[in-house]
Amino acid sequence: MIHLPDSSSYVRGRETLARSQVLQRSWPFVLDLCVAGIGLACFYGVVLLARYWFGHPMPEITISLSPRALPRYAFYSIVRIWLAYALSLFFAIAYGYTAAYNRRVEALMIAGLDILQSIPVLSFLPGVMLAMVALFPTRQLGVEMGAILLIFTGQVWNMAFSFYSSLKSIPRELREAATIYRFSPWQRLFELELPYAAIGLVWNSMVSVAGGWFFLMACEMFVLGPRDFRLPGLGSYLQTAASTGNASAITWGLVTMIAIIVATDQLLWRPVIAWSNKFKFEQGETSSRVHSPLLHLFQHSRGLRTLRQHTIQPIAESIYQRLADNRRRIAATVAPVSEATRRNRERWNAILRILVLILVVAGVLYAAFHALSLLRVVRRSEVVEILKGAFATFLRVNTALLLASAWTIPAGVAIGFHPRLARIAQPLAQIAASVPATALFPVVLLALIRIGGGLGTGSILLMMLGTQWYILFNVIAGAMAIPTDLREVAALFHFTTVQRWKTLILPGIFPYLITGLVTASGGAWNASIIAEYFRLKNQTLQTVGLGAVISAATDSGKFQILLLATIVMAAMVVTINRLVWRPLYRLAETRYKVGA
Amino acid sequence: MQQVIIRAEQVEKYYAQPSENRIQVISPTDLSISEGEIVALLGPSGSGKSTLLRMLTGLSTPSAGQVYWHEKPVANAEVNVAIVFQSFALFPWLTVLENVEAPLKARGLEPAERRKRALKMLDTVGLDGFQAAYPKELSGGMRQRVGFARALVVEPEVLFMDEPFSALDVLTAENLRSELLELWQNKTIPTRAIFIVTHNIEEAVLLADRIIVLGRNPGHVRTDFKVALAHPRDRKAAAFTQLVDYIYKVLTQPEAKPPALPLTPEGKPVRDQRQMHYQMLPHARPGGIAGLLEILLDHNGKDDIYRLADDLAFEIDDLLPIVDAAQLLGFLKVTEGDAAITPTGAEYANSEILRQKELFRIAAVENVLLLRQIVRAVEAKSDKSVPEEFFHDMLDEQFSEEETLRQLETAINWGRYAELFDFDASRRRFIQPEKQENDSTPASEVGA
Repeated sequence: MIHLPDSSSYVRGRETLARSQVLQRSWPFVLDLCVAGIGLACFYGVVLLARYWFGHPMPEITISLSPRALPRYAFYSIVRIWLAYALSLFFAIAYGYTAAYNRRVEALMIAGLDILQSIPVLSFLPGVMLAMVALFPTRQLGVEMGAILLIFTGQVWNMAFSFYSSLKSIPRELREAATIYRFSPWQRLFELELPYAAIGLVWNSMVSVAGGWFFLMACEMFVLGPRDFRLPGLGSYLQTAASTGNASAITWGLVTMIAIIVATDQLLWRPVIAWSNKFKFEQGETSSRVHSPLLHLFQHSRGLRTLRQHTIQPIAESIYQRLADNRRRIAATVAPVSEATRRNRERWNAILRILVLILVVAGVLYAAFHALSLLRVVRRSEVVEILKGAFATFLRVNTALLLASAWTIPAGVAIGFHPRLARIAQPLAQIAASVPATALFPVVLLALIRIGGGLGTGSILLMMLGTQWYILFNVIAGAMAIPTDLREVAALFHFTTVQRWKTLILPGIFPYLITGLVTASGGAWNASIIAEYFRLKNQTLQTVGLGAVISAATDSGKFQILLLATIVMAAMVVTINRLVWRPLYRLAETRYKVGA
Repeated sequence: MQQVIIRAEQVEKYYAQPSENRIQVISPTDLSISEGEIVALLGPSGSGKSTLLRMLTGLSTPSAGQVYWHEKPVANAEVNVAIVFQSFALFPWLTVLENVEAPLKARGLEPAERRKRALKMLDTVGLDGFQAAYPKELSGGMRQRVGFARALVVEPEVLFMDEPFSALDVLTAENLRSELLELWQNKTIPTRAIFIVTHNIEEAVLLADRIIVLGRNPGHVRTDFKVALAHPRDRKAAAFTQLVDYIYKVLTQPEAKPPALPLTPEGKPVRDQRQMHYQMLPHARPGGIAGLLEILLDHNGKDDIYRLADDLAFEIDDLLPIVDAAQLLGFLKVTEGDAAITPTGAEYANSEILRQKELFRIAAVENVLLLRQIVRAVEAKSDKSVPEEFFHDMLDEQFSEEETLRQLETAINWGRYAELFDFDASRRRFIQPEKQENDSTPASEVGA
């Protein structure tokens, strides 16, 4: 093992330290003012929200198209997203933790994750909405909770999976260090498990929040039979604007949307990524880092530091002390338990566990049976309809994937091979990609109708709108990962274009392409629910497809059809994953991995 | 007699297999650590050194037997030990100071007291002024100093070390070793015993008051003796080199008497790996074997393995598999730590590449059961191909899952080199090698 002299990095560390001290001395007041301002803004937001939620129940919400109403709508949408995200984060951590540490339920929970990830969330919309409206006293609050719950189900699974796999991959010696130095589960969580999982959680959070916008736009305005559930927000604003064909309102809405996304990226994700850099589990310093002035501000604010010293630290200290005392007491009082009592206790535990298991199984069976009995009233013609729709949607999803690949692969490879092009194209593509496709649907549909295209082909375009970016970004990453010397070999031996693509580029990007296609395929299935059936200007556009069946059943309140169609869609997605994507993935992992 | 702190009584470790066999990692072993001694545990890789260490610390529970801490079963005792890890096992997101404070935090110490003790310990190990740094800013040696500070700050009665210096370069390791010895001898630290796992023989002889040598398949104690040399020890002294030589002989000698075999709870004897069906293939590459033989030939066909490792700047762990492989193929004979080349071995080393392959092919089919079986199976099948799974299942009876995979990997490597068979990696099948009309394999295809 060769160690380069580490003095250079050490000097660098000193230097930045000195600079930060200058900053600390000259500007702390300004920094504190900023922080205080942010704090006040948060407080006002909470008040505003409380007034809206617990105020008078609003029976029918009319969406104002005035640009002046936009900040308020945007604010409501943002709050929904973040409440759902907070819920997802806690749930993901609890789920991942339980799955990683309970052998008994691990396999079941991970299989569950796999299936829950593939179920089209949007088909739960009606059920969840109705349940929530029934549960909560004011109707508005119920609809609100329904929306949050839906976004939650859309974004939680990948986070849970990320946390679980991080826990599973913690190096053995770190775990042993935590055990031998008697860390309590609490200390282990905060000093080992959460830090180790931090980076994965941050990246998955970004993906999840982007997905959250997708669903929020769809469920802010939604019709169930005669009932019209509407939430004041950016999504409903855009849909209303599109329905009335108000071009300036559409523009205002889209500009706001993009502004929110750029702001979230700059004010939130960048600081968080810069901060999470310290959790990188690697030895040695990395050269490329994300920098964030905002993080700098927070880290060097004296006011924040004093606040932390007087609130969080004492609380944490007392927790650690109590945990240590508890353990000592237990160690002191625990007399060696006799073999007989221990066995007795074990027996009771086993009986209890079996009882709980029986109860859970009975409950699940009961509910499942009732759900299935709903299906008895489904007529044969409806089943045929569903199967026909499934086939049509299957074709449509794959056409969308093919069309998307057709332009993203050459474009992605070009961007990946030319750093100068990448510098211009990548940020643009990132912004384009982060605008939720559902926000664009009404606008694009309006344009389609003007041109005279039907929804049959239009829905393919809509699916592509949401999913092509996954392929593009993965292809760019793959092209960048192809080693330069391999490209030089191709140039040196004058490979023809066909040969270059066949022997170098396609195999090189293959693993990345598969990753992109898997994500895109899942997204396209989900998007079909909104893409194949759309209400615009009091008319309903629809085409043959499984998504259309689901949406239509939602509209007319035919739950049996909704259930059957959802089952069919989930089954198809899971089957395709198992039969097509997983073997391809394995092939990519084994054969087409560049480097060892 | 010094007071015994930790005592292991007939501890063993095994993994149950679905069949009646079980894989014995460590056979029943007695071992104790007493006050005032540094114990070094030596052994080749796969002898269960680390497993034994983890059982003694209570990190891992023995499959049978009991570990006592001051004569109380370790599960019911407040064990006061610390471990220094090979990979340092520092938390990269905590500063040096926070890393050292973490164990004290777990014990519920006041923040002020915690900081005072941690700073004092950092001072002791020579890390004064580095408390605010993150581990990734430090060099390997500095990181291991943090590892020592974290271990010593809890004032452990027994300090365990799992190959603490093997990830460091030679000079840094030497430096840290002597500093540790100084702390121990001056009683700067309240530690009452040190237990170090290592595969470096000189390191063991430099540090230890007592050396235990493990053998493998399954792990067992070969020898356990006291080192009577006075500190500081001189590597050049005759007594020192004699001891090192003796340990080398123990490590390389075919065992005179195998240890008694334990019985399973049902009274069936556990099968010893050496009496099992398949030999354990050493994980060496054909190129490495050829290289070793050529060097030996330059040394007049015979040399001391210890001196050879030293000349080549090899760790004994890296050299032994190659020696074992050459011995298995009949190219080499090892007696009392000396390796002597056989006539076939000499011919192999002197031949050009195609003849080498031929000699290797003959030796492999003659001496290695697994390779012989694969060749016959491929020939017997009408489609000339056999799935890997078939051999996997047979090896599985005898080796752990991990070892089975490594055995297959080595077999594939050897078989491909000797052109005994080929392996289709995408279908996971053994197939017949493609015969060329004029057998002229380009030299570049040879595994190195």
